[in-house]
Amino acid sequence: MEALELARWQFGVTTIYHFLFVPLTIGLSFIVAVLQTLWYRTGRHEYLQATQFLGKLFLINFAMGVVTGIVQEFQFGMNWSEYSTFVGDVFGAPLAMEALLAFFLESTFIGLWIFGWHRLPRAAHLACIWLVAVGTNLSAYFILAANAWMRHPVGFTVDEETGRAQLTDIWAVLSNDQAWSTYLHTVSAAFVTAGLFVVAVSAYKLWRNTRYNDTGVPGVVPPPRDRALFRGTLKVGLVFTLVAGALVVFSGDHQAKLAAQYEPMKLAAAEALWETEEGAAFSALAVGDTEERYNPIDITIPNVLSFLATGEFDGEVHGMNNLEAAYDEYYGPGDYTPNVFVVYWSFRLMMGLGMFGIAVAALGLYLTRGRDRMPTGPWFYHGAMLALPAALAANIFGWVLTEMGRQPWTVHGELLTAASVSPGVSLGSVAASLAGFTALYGVLFAVEVGLLVKYVKAGPSHLVPDLEDDGDEAKIPHFSY
Amino acid sequence: MELAVIWFIAIAVLWTGYFVLEGFDFGVGMLMPFVGRRDSVDRRVAINAIGPVWDANEVWLITALGATFAAFPAWYASLLSGFYAPMFLILVALILRGVAFEYRGKRDDSGWRLWWDRAIFAGSALPAFLWGLVFANVLRGVAMDADHVVTASLADLFNPYALLGGLTTLSLFTLHGAIFLTLKTDGPVRVRARRAALWAACAAVPSAALFLVWTQYAHGGGTRTLPLFALAAAALAGGVAAAWKRREGWSFAGTAATVLLLFAALFAALFPNVLPSTTDPAFGLTVANASSADYTLTLMTWVAVVFLPLILLYQGWSYWVFRRRVTGQTVTGETVTGQTVTGQTLTREDDGGRRPEPAA
Repeated sequence: MEALELARWQFGVTTIYHFLFVPLTIGLSFIVAVLQTLWYRTGRHEYLQATQFLGKLFLINFAMGVVTGIVQEFQFGMNWSEYSTFVGDVFGAPLAMEALLAFFLESTFIGLWIFGWHRLPRAAHLACIWLVAVGTNLSAYFILAANAWMRHPVGFTVDEETGRAQLTDIWAVLSNDQAWSTYLHTVSAAFVTAGLFVVAVSAYKLWRNTRYNDTGVPGVVPPPRDRALFRGTLKVGLVFTLVAGALVVFSGDHQAKLAAQYEPMKLAAAEALWETEEGAAFSALAVGDTEERYNPIDITIPNVLSFLATGEFDGEVHGMNNLEAAYDEYYGPGDYTPNVFVVYWSFRLMMGLGMFGIAVAALGLYLTRGRDRMPTGPWFYHGAMLALPAALAANIFGWVLTEMGRQPWTVHGELLTAASVSPGVSLGSVAASLAGFTALYGVLFAVEVGLLVKYVKAGPSHLVPDLEDDGDEAKIPHFSY
Repeated sequence: MELAVIWFIAIAVLWTGYFVLEGFDFGVGMLMPFVGRRDSVDRRVAINAIGPVWDANEVWLITALGATFAAFPAWYASLLSGFYAPMFLILVALILRGVAFEYRGKRDDSGWRLWWDRAIFAGSALPAFLWGLVFANVLRGVAMDADHVVTASLADLFNPYALLGGLTTLSLFTLHGAIFLTLKTDGPVRVRARRAALWAACAAVPSAALFLVWTQYAHGGGTRTLPLFALAAAALAGGVAAAWKRREGWSFAGTAATVLLLFAALFAALFPNVLPSTTDPAFGLTVANASSADYTLTLMTWVAVVFLPLILLYQGWSYWVFRRRVTGQTVTGETVTGQTVTGQTLTREDDGGRRPEPAA
C-alpha cells in the first residue's frame, strides 16, 4: 500500500460525496426560484408553500454541498502538490475565477434569501434566489472547464526551464469543446436529479395520502389542499426531468464523440474494445480477460459503437491493444490502459440508471395527463421514489467513468497520476485523513437524510400554515437559525 | 511594480479580509457557551447575528486559496502539503461548524442542540488557533528541501513562537467576536458579550503584545514593518478602551483594525519570501520563484479589478440589510407575525427558542 493509492481513494471518496449534494443544489436552486417566481406573479398560496417547503429541503442539502466543497479547494495542494505545482498556472485560474465570480454571489445571496423574507421587498428577495441559481450554475462551468482541461489540455505550453504548464490562452480553456459539452451533460443531469428529487418527495406524500385513505387511519391524511399541491409539484418535477433528460441524452452522445476524438482509450475501455475495428459493435454484455487482453464472452449489437463514436455505421473505433502499443511507442513503455472492469461497468450503470429516471418521468407525465388524473396502484409511487437514488448513482458512475477512464493520467498526455502525488506526505497522514473524512462523512450523511425525511414527513403546512388571506405580508413565515 | 508583487499584495488582502470577517464569526462560535444556556433563545440570537453573513465570509478563504493556487502554484502546493495535519483539522472544523449552523435549529431536542453547540464551539476554536499557528510558522520558516518539499514534522510546527501566534489569533478572534455581539445584538446577549469582551481582552492584549514584539524583533523587516506593528498595538488598545467605555461601534472598528494590521504586518514581514526554508535559505519559496507566468497574472488582475469591487459592494449591501440588532424577538419571529403565541404559526424548532430564559 502506498500513499498514492490512499490519496486516490481520498479524492474519490470526498469528491463523490461532494457530488451527491452538488446536483441537487444546482437543480433545486433553479426549481425553487421558478416556484417563488410563480408565487410572486400569482400570489397563490400553494406556490408559497411549495417554495418554502422545497426551499427548506434545498437548504438542508445546500449546507452539505458548501462544506464538502471546501475540501476540494484544499486537497489539490494537500495530496497532489506535484500536480498543483505543474498545473497551477492554468488550472488555478478557473478555480480563482469560480470563487470571485460565483461563490461570492452564491454565498452572499443565499444569506440574503434565508434571512431576508421580511427585510427585503418581494422583488428583491426573489432576485436573491435567482442570483443563487445563477451563481451555482456559473461555478459549475468554471470547475468543469478546469476538469475538461485535464482530459483535453488546450491553451498552454510547458515551460522548458521550470517544467510547469503555462497558460497561453484562457479563451481556449474556457471555450474548450470538452468544457461546454461536459457542462451541458453534467448540469442537465443535475436538473434531472433535482427534478427527480421533487418527483420522489411528491410521490411519497401522494402515496401516503392514497394509502391512508384506503386504510382509513385517521389523523394522518394530508388535507385535500396538500394533494393538489403535491400533484402540482410532481408535475413540475416530471417536466423538469424530461426536458433535462433530453439534454442529457443529446449531450451524452456528443460526449462519446469527443471521447473518441480526445480520449480514445477511455471509450475503448468503456466498451471493452480490445482491437481497432471499422463498424465496431456496441457491447451489451462482455466478460473480459484483462491479463490476456481479450473478451471470452461478448454479446454485441453490430455497428452501433461506430455510429455513437463517429456518426457513421462503419467508422473506425480504436481498440485498447492498438492504443497501448501506440502510447508505449510515443510516451515510452508503461501501462496506459485504465481499469477496464470499472470503466466498462460504470458506463453501463450510468446509462442504465439515468435512463430509468428519465423513463419514470415520461411514464409519470403520461399517467398524470389531464387535470386530475393520478396513478392508483403503489408501483408508480415506488418507482418514482427509487428514481432519486438511481439518478444520484448515475451521476456518481458518470464521474467514475470520467476520472477512472482518464487513468493513468491526471492531465491527459502530460502528467501521470503517479507523478502528481505529494512527495512529502506520508502514508500514515493520508490514511488518517482518509479515515477521518470517511467517518465524518458517514455520520453527516445519516444526519442529513434523517433531517430530510423529517421535513418531508412534516410537510408544507408545518412550515407555512394554511392562511386564508394570502395577501397578509406579516404572516409569511421567515427562516432563521 | 511587478505583477508577482501585486499578486502577493492581492493574496495578503484576501487572507486579511478573511481573518477580519471570519475572525468575528469564529469568536461568536467560541462564545456560544457564554452567551446563554443551551436551550435558551440567547444562543440563537448569537448564531442569527452571524447567520446571514458567515458563509460569504468563508468564501474569502476559498478565494485566497484559489488565488494562491493560480498566482503562486508552488506556494499553494508546499503550504497545503507541508501543513497537512493542521489543514486537515481546519477542514474538519469548518465542515462541522458550517453544518452545525444550518442543522442546529432543525430539531427541537436538547441533546441534538448539545452536539451541534459543541461542533460550533470546537469548529470555531480550532481554526482560530490553527490559522495563527500556521501563519506564524510560515513567517518563521519550515524545514524544506531543494524541491520545496516540506520536511518539518508535526512536532516542529508546535514551536513556542507558533503556539504564541495561535494563542494570539484565538484570543483576538474571541475578543473580536464578543465585540461584534455587543454591536449586533440587544438584550441579555449584549450584556454578556461585553463581559466576555473584557475577559477576552485580558488574554488578547498580553498575547498579542508579546507576539507583535517577538515578530518585529525576530522576523520583522526593521523600519519597514515597525509602523504596522505599532499601529496594530495601538488599534488593539483603542478597541479595548472603547469597549470599556461602551462605545460599541468604535470598539468593533478597533478590533477589526487590529486584525487587519496584524496580518498586514505579518505579510509585510514575510515579503519577498512566501515560505522560507530553515534547512537552507536558498531552498525557500519567494515571490519570484513561486509565481505563475505573466499571462495568468495579467488575466487574474483584470478579473480581480472588475469583480472585487462588485463583491465588496454586494457583500457590504448584505451587511446593510441586516444592520439591525438581533434580539430574541426578531429570532423567534414574534414581532414579525405581530401576534401572540397561538402555536399554529410557529415551526416546531421555534419552540426551543420560545422557552423562558432560565435565570442567569
